[in-house]
Amino acid sequence: MNEQNILIVRCGEVALKGMNKPYFEKMLADRIKGNLKEFGGGISVKRQEGLIFVRADKELDIKAIIKQVSKVFGVASISQAVEAPSDIEAIGEEAVKYMMNLIEEKGVQTFKVEGKRADKTFPVKSPEIGRVIGAAVLKGCKVLKVNVHEPDVLLHVDVRSDRTYIYDAKIQGFGGLPLGTNGKGMVLLSGGIDSPVAAWMMAKRGMLIEAVHFHSYPYTSPRAQEKVEDLARIVASYCGRFKMHCVNLLPIQEQIVQNCPEEETTIHVRMFMMRIAERIARDNGCMMLITGENLGQVASQTAEALVVTDSAVSMPVMRPLIAMDKTDIMDKAQEIGTFETSIQPYEDCCTVFLPKHPTTKPKLEKILEAESVLDIEGLVEAAVKAKEVINIFPE
Amino acid sequence: MQVYLDNSATTRQYDQVTDTMIEMMRESYGNPSSLHLMGVEAEKKVRASRKIFASAIGASEDEVYFTSGGTESDNTVLNGVAESRKRYGKKIITTKVEHPAILEPARRLESMGYTVEYIGVDKQCRLNMEQLASAIDDDTVLISIMGVNNETGTIMPMKEIAALKDRYNKEHKTDILLHSDAVQAFGKIPMNLKSDFRGVDFLSVSGHKIHGPKGIGGLYVRKGINLTPFMIGGGQERHMRSGTENTPGIVGFGKAMELMQGDFAGRTEKMAAARNFLLEGIKSEIRDVIINSPEDGAPSVLNVSFLGTRGEVLLHTLETDGIYVSTGSACSSNKKGQSHVLEAMGLKFKEIEGAIRFSFSEFNTMEEMEYTLEKVKAAVARFRKLGSFR
Repeated sequence: MNEQNILIVRCGEVALKGMNKPYFEKMLADRIKGNLKEFGGGISVKRQEGLIFVRADKELDIKAIIKQVSKVFGVASISQAVEAPSDIEAIGEEAVKYMMNLIEEKGVQTFKVEGKRADKTFPVKSPEIGRVIGAAVLKGCKVLKVNVHEPDVLLHVDVRSDRTYIYDAKIQGFGGLPLGTNGKGMVLLSGGIDSPVAAWMMAKRGMLIEAVHFHSYPYTSPRAQEKVEDLARIVASYCGRFKMHCVNLLPIQEQIVQNCPEEETTIHVRMFMMRIAERIARDNGCMMLITGENLGQVASQTAEALVVTDSAVSMPVMRPLIAMDKTDIMDKAQEIGTFETSIQPYEDCCTVFLPKHPTTKPKLEKILEAESVLDIEGLVEAAVKAKEVINIFPE
Repeated sequence: MQVYLDNSATTRQYDQVTDTMIEMMRESYGNPSSLHLMGVEAEKKVRASRKIFASAIGASEDEVYFTSGGTESDNTVLNGVAESRKRYGKKIITTKVEHPAILEPARRLESMGYTVEYIGVDKQCRLNMEQLASAIDDDTVLISIMGVNNETGTIMPMKEIAALKDRYNKEHKTDILLHSDAVQAFGKIPMNLKSDFRGVDFLSVSGHKIHGPKGIGGLYVRKGINLTPFMIGGGQERHMRSGTENTPGIVGFGKAMELMQGDFAGRTEKMAAARNFLLEGIKSEIRDVIINSPEDGAPSVLNVSFLGTRGEVLLHTLETDGIYVSTGSACSSNKKGQSHVLEAMGLKFKEIEGAIRFSFSEFNTMEEMEYTLEKVKAAVARFRKLGSFR
């Protein structure tokens, strides 16, 4: 057998799922396998005692593998480990080797051992494991000292029935739940900073994603749509391939600009966006809409405006960013890697339809009355019919 | 109908050029430096192109070099003169409306201790000759002025500029050199070093603006001038431009120049007819426009500001009708995307925002121009109707 790197993957919230636990664990293992496909063979993913073990041939780039695994929703943390037979002396030897490596690579000076036995038949008890292995390490690595309060390395020794795992660092995953365990939602993806984050957050809770993108070509540039596709591909690197429906809003915007009060333009447009999104969502098996709306961020996202837009649809609208501050949303966008793409300046052609003084406190009855002159059903129907579908693959 | 009106960006390659290049790739793929027969054959073809190039601009064969394009030629001249003439002086004169292939190397030279003076232009991009005359001094080593401006088609008075330089050199016993980025002039206006461009010491041209291939260009260096080369290596192009010759590009470029010279007057007249038809149509049928190109500009370019519109929106509207143009500014509310040329001409933000550049080739027909005029009218009207409340 080839020499292998071992990753211990912890499942976080999945572990709380009671009777459904095997289902969630299997979904998670499948998602991890899916995310490692590009490495070809030489990797195994196995569930064992509430953990997932990824074993990869030594030639494969383990850092890249860790990165791919850490992107899987439902993964709480990952540790790169070495294994030893579950025999106290063999464990000691392996621990010494492990620490020698760390001394060489990182100049480690102090350590502490944290022992744990999942296998209660193991003759040495948990606190005892720490002491025995600590003594072995001290004997084997003369330069090391024990420091129980602030050790350079906290060496974990995890004794399981057949094997024992030794590791130090924990790499945090995103947590959440495995994709596909929580239905499917239709996200309104704009190309700005917020909506990709909103999609990502819902996907993190296990929801499959599909997207609708609105443009006003030729009043917006085709490059603006390329930018949205780039963003969608980044989102897809977390939640897998999905469909993006592209809808041209210009015919509707023209009707609104010519027939409705100027200051209400934006709110009317948003109501149409919701209606069209809902229609496409229904046709494609989505049970909810997802938006990047954020309370009070712009005129169309005041409490009053949200009440009005919400009334345009009967499907539940998820707004995962609703109470976040803009800076926190930006941090999140940085973290997931969409920020740089989001801030490319392409979309402001749309501002051709921005009223000078948009209304911030729209009244539902007044808005409904204003749009009653429009053939709402016909416009929605035509927009949906003319849409274009793009398949988004992970970047 | 497809109407290509972005010929200042690039042109459709002549079919004969494509055929020549394919043959070159399939059959005559030898390296001109090789000693064997295939090398000799390739070398011969390169030489034939060089001859065409030299005769097209009124130079001799040993004064012209092939490069990768206008940008490389421009960079070679600015960097090369700055190096070879560094003991003569530390000043370069150019204009505010040059192509970035001139402006960027100029800026870099500024950061290296050179002084660069940028001459201004008027509302139709005509050069301020008085400013130029007073800018020239004993510290000056190079003047670089484009032949034709790419955004407006304004023709720079190269003969007068050269005369100004020659007079100064004679009176002050200096040896100031004159470069012209002639990428937009080549094939559009008469450009002979013995007449219209007399006194010009360096010239840059490009293949793909005259229905030739992309990735190939030319550089003229007056005999006797020592210019430090930009690319060094195997010593090709008589050590001026090392790197294995782009033989399909060179031969394709040669073919394009041959065709261009074949009926120069006929080809430019076709451009002028298309330009004038559109110009007159726009002036008489669309209100609130500003013509940014001068009456006596090159036949290849027409720049118009449609007030109360946005250039990029017009561009995308026109492309849905199969008409391809370019704008004076990228669509964004910030200043970054704005044309430095229109800005230097003193146009207001609103005038730059609504600016469209139509650029012509001999392939454009009157039927296309009628269609374009009609579609431009409609696009402007539609925008003004929708955007009027802004």
